[in-house]
Amino acid sequence: MTLTLDARIPEGSIAEKWDNHKFSVKLVNPANKRRFKILVVGTGLAGASAAASLAELGYAVEAFTFHDSPRRAHSIAAQGGINAAKNYRNDGDSVHRLFYDTVKGGDYRSREANVYRLAQVSLNIIDQCAAQGVPFAREYGGLLANRSFGGAQVSRTFYARGQTGQQLLLGAYQAMAAQIAAGGVTLHNRADVLDIVVKDGEACGIVTRDLLTGEVRAHSGHAVVLATGGYGNVYYLSTNAMNCNVTAAWRAHRRGAAFANPCYTQIHPTCIPASDEFQSKLTLMSESLRNDGRIWVPRNMDDTRRASDIGNADRYYFLEEKYPAFGNLVPRDVASRNAKTVVDQGLGVGPLRNGVYLDFADVIARDGESVVREKYGNLFDMYERITGENPYRSPMRIYPATHYTMGGLWVDYNLMTNVAGLYALGECNFSDHGANRLGASALMQGLADGYFVLPYTIGDYLAPKLASAPVPVDDPVFAAAVAEVDDRTRGWLAVRGTRSVDYYHRELGKIVWEYCGMARNRTGLEKALTEIPALREEFRANVKVLGSAGTTNQALEQVNRVDDFMEMAELKVRDALHREESCGGHFREEHQTPEGEALRDDENFAYVGAWNWQGPDRPQELIKEPLEFEYVKLTQRSYK
Amino acid sequence: MSAGSGGGSAGSGNGRSGNGHQVMLRLKLRIWRQAGPDEPGGFLDVDAEGIPADCSFLEMLDIVNERLITDDIEPITFAHDCREGICGTCGVMINGRPHGPEKATATCQLHMRKFRDGDEITIEPFRAASFPVVKDLMVDRRAFDRIIESGGFISAPTGTAPDANEIPVPKDVADFAMDAAACIGCGACVAACPNSAAQLFTAAKLGHLNVLPQGQPERWRRAEAMVETMESFFGSCTNHGECTEACPKEISLDFIAVLNRDYLKAKVKNRRLASQT
Amino acid sequence: MAQTVAPPEAAERVPPLRRRQRQLPWPLNIYQTAVGKKYVMAVTGVGLLGFVIVHMIGNLHLYEGPSQINEYAEALRDLGGHLVPRTLILWVMRIGLIAMFGLHIHSAWSLKEISRRSSPKANWVSGNKRYPGGQDYVAVNFASRTMRWTGPIIGLYVLFHLADLTWGWWLGGDYIRGDVYHNVVESLSSIPVAIIYIVANVALSVHIYHGMWSAFQTLGVNNPRFNHLRRGLATVIAGAILVGNLSFPIMVQAGLVA
Repeated sequence: MTLTLDARIPEGSIAEKWDNHKFSVKLVNPANKRRFKILVVGTGLAGASAAASLAELGYAVEAFTFHDSPRRAHSIAAQGGINAAKNYRNDGDSVHRLFYDTVKGGDYRSREANVYRLAQVSLNIIDQCAAQGVPFAREYGGLLANRSFGGAQVSRTFYARGQTGQQLLLGAYQAMAAQIAAGGVTLHNRADVLDIVVKDGEACGIVTRDLLTGEVRAHSGHAVVLATGGYGNVYYLSTNAMNCNVTAAWRAHRRGAAFANPCYTQIHPTCIPASDEFQSKLTLMSESLRNDGRIWVPRNMDDTRRASDIGNADRYYFLEEKYPAFGNLVPRDVASRNAKTVVDQGLGVGPLRNGVYLDFADVIARDGESVVREKYGNLFDMYERITGENPYRSPMRIYPATHYTMGGLWVDYNLMTNVAGLYALGECNFSDHGANRLGASALMQGLADGYFVLPYTIGDYLAPKLASAPVPVDDPVFAAAVAEVDDRTRGWLAVRGTRSVDYYHRELGKIVWEYCGMARNRTGLEKALTEIPALREEFRANVKVLGSAGTTNQALEQVNRVDDFMEMAELKVRDALHREESCGGHFREEHQTPEGEALRDDENFAYVGAWNWQGPDRPQELIKEPLEFEYVKLTQRSYK
Repeated sequence: MSAGSGGGSAGSGNGRSGNGHQVMLRLKLRIWRQAGPDEPGGFLDVDAEGIPADCSFLEMLDIVNERLITDDIEPITFAHDCREGICGTCGVMINGRPHGPEKATATCQLHMRKFRDGDEITIEPFRAASFPVVKDLMVDRRAFDRIIESGGFISAPTGTAPDANEIPVPKDVADFAMDAAACIGCGACVAACPNSAAQLFTAAKLGHLNVLPQGQPERWRRAEAMVETMESFFGSCTNHGECTEACPKEISLDFIAVLNRDYLKAKVKNRRLASQT
Repeated sequence: MAQTVAPPEAAERVPPLRRRQRQLPWPLNIYQTAVGKKYVMAVTGVGLLGFVIVHMIGNLHLYEGPSQINEYAEALRDLGGHLVPRTLILWVMRIGLIAMFGLHIHSAWSLKEISRRSSPKANWVSGNKRYPGGQDYVAVNFASRTMRWTGPIIGLYVLFHLADLTWGWWLGGDYIRGDVYHNVVESLSSIPVAIIYIVANVALSVHIYHGMWSAFQTLGVNNPRFNHLRRGLATVIAGAILVGNLSFPIMVQAGLVA
């Protein structure tokens, strides 16, 4: 069965599409909204904001999180800020400019209509959050402060110290808490969603496992909304939280939802390198550090001197030498790839030789330590806490790490996947960032989807279903799904192998990072395509999960997730292999300019690559959604 | 000898010996084990050898768990997620202190170089009657959500907001609110408090919302409801100040004074409002 | 394996320890809450502290000689002069003090009970502490940890003090009603009595040291300009009371007041 994907982009000029669409979608009468039950999976920025907004409209919402509290979602860790085209600085920002920057930053692999809508609603997001009491940074006059972020030419980023994600998430969480108290939202915490139930082509429910009691339950609703984040933990080491996983999205994929652009992954250049084999996660430091720090490695790989003793002649300032105009401020992907190149050449620094120096000696000498402390004090403290090294005395060591995944479930303009009634929001979908995401845009997209897009568009699907009740949970389709989840979960306990779940997750991460990380090539990807299935087979035959299914069992929670990563990794590699071009977060070594820049192939690859599940024994089928650019001119990036 | 070892050992106090090799610790661990909320609990003694000084406290527990699995012993359950000190999921008592000996540091950000070779480390869950132990070191902190649900929000239904700059907020007020809003909801304040009181958690949310202009319309309703919900789950503050010391975000005790004042004002004002309607 | 339409109410997995009682009419309902009780404890504490200060200052008349202190005592009984029956105002004040004492003790007791029920004993195969591994306190001080001991000591001492100098129970024939100077000197020259006074007044000052700072916090006195002074003020007042009250038994024992 070949799938066709219709993005359902509304008519009209780009500035009018969203307004036209809002007028044309079917509405549900306020009195009838409470007759619709919507299941929202995930309570991060996108999920919590959607749950709150839908409940405010009157829908009966059930929200699900595997955490003990919705406030733990990983949106909380975003540091930098949130973009909005408010033009409060009078510096020439506009909706069109934010739209343009986002499409260009995404290396022309995103949908124009979606991005324009994102830029439009960015204005409402800031209003909404300020009204909720998010303590944004303020000027002395009491008005909102802004900063320029991630190399943007305008100051459009709003922030709350270095904890913008935390404050925005708490705002959405509190809005949802108000609805929980009012009875509009029923919260299920410690509920791990392990399957999506589809009947007659329509999503009708989910299957959860209670992480405290192990009880497997079916939940049914008129629509299912997935806001379950990205798949960055396929690399094992990433800046994602330990429990971030692809399971809900992957299970939706297995039930028929197309998975788009899985090869697009953003690698953040300024993270703290791993210190030993047991490193469990990597910590990101704001890339504002590159404004003043200079990146270098020793020219001679046998140089054993301490950093401060190495003279200028023996230092290789590789970014400054290769990119004289931008120097250390080249975009994230360029900085990351160059760090990888020098480390691969054996020039890496640190005990494991897995980092490059980010040196503040010059700026400290020029401006004094107190100025540097003023600007970066909290980041320096964090670095010292983690590494035990004082960055005022010796240079920081940094290395890139996986940070955000642009790919995800394919959705149309309404944020609905190709499975009717199944929606994907936030990092879980693929829609707005193309092949690369701009700094401070993740928070914007999550909240846009949850507060301002889904509440309008979901009515279009629900309105005609007014007369129908949700599929009852005693329907055979639920019983089968519950049995399947139960069998799968219990099955792990019966394997009784020899290696831990974490061991296999680490091994998987090594393969994916090595062959499908910052730079990819055909040979490596093909190698990964043989290694991943082999590892998966070994994993399924030899994993060791102790304990029982009837209580809290963290290894059992994790094993389902790693199993899904094992399958997902293969699709990711296959997507990277098929995309014979370099764009944004996807760099194929075969496709680069003579200067080593990403070389796009707009002729052949200006499309969304969505993969359709064909069953466990057959590779997914590729469906292409062509991308057309009417309002943005396609150009090649250059940072020379 | 690597190129970077010189730089690595330049900062003193890191987990490296002079020649750049990772320092390994041998620790005597006493770890609380409890199969379920109503099961008996007790300490498991673990002799943990070869713990890299550069790893974090939770990574140390990961290593211990790997070894337990090898020995066919069920690994220790502990709550954790972001491991960068912001989500508030992790938190255990380490040698009698919530989040361990380092000030302003959550458990996940505590690193083993702060311990010495041969140290004995006792690890227990956060305890309070309303934080029942789920298993081993994991506790259930949902009572905190009940407090927030009772009033820890500003009602601003999506779409109703005026332009963000319509309501100016003086910078010092915004900074004060942010100081309070930095709370990560980890529960260390309750675990540290000799009375198991949740005053600091509640005061942080009240301090955040009650000073902002946007928070004024619901101020008194919020103060009364949140404090009374808090009291239905937790003990009574006696102003020891242990909570602030344990707080990974160093939320100030002064917010508790704000809570007390707002609550009493609320009791008066809410009555007056009620009698007028 | 089970599947249900409505899962058990998640909120009730951690039920409240205390349900709301029947509401008393305002303002008594304030006293039904812990913060309200603390407020009452703070207000009565401030009132009792005022009494302690005035009482201590009044007692300094001792150093002026027998007639001055006896006149001072007489003046207290004669407050209000000829406008009111003799000792009426004193009795009003006494009843006020007793009420404050009663409320102070009752609120303290009920708050202690609330906290006790909120702090579980660890579910342990043997042993019965909240943290069987021990808790390492950082901020608590001797005063704050011993409020529940210094309080009862003060209560017992007040009864002893009344029995000693107001009712004259054990001075017996040596007790002369109205001759304050004589009674004080007679009583405090006994070494055990002097020790009781010293111990009790140390407890009183320790109690005041934490109680006063705590009252600022409870009453919501929180002005950034003065916050750093709160601890200092508590120290100065507790110290002054300590010095003043300890001086009496010490001076009598040293023979400087006879």
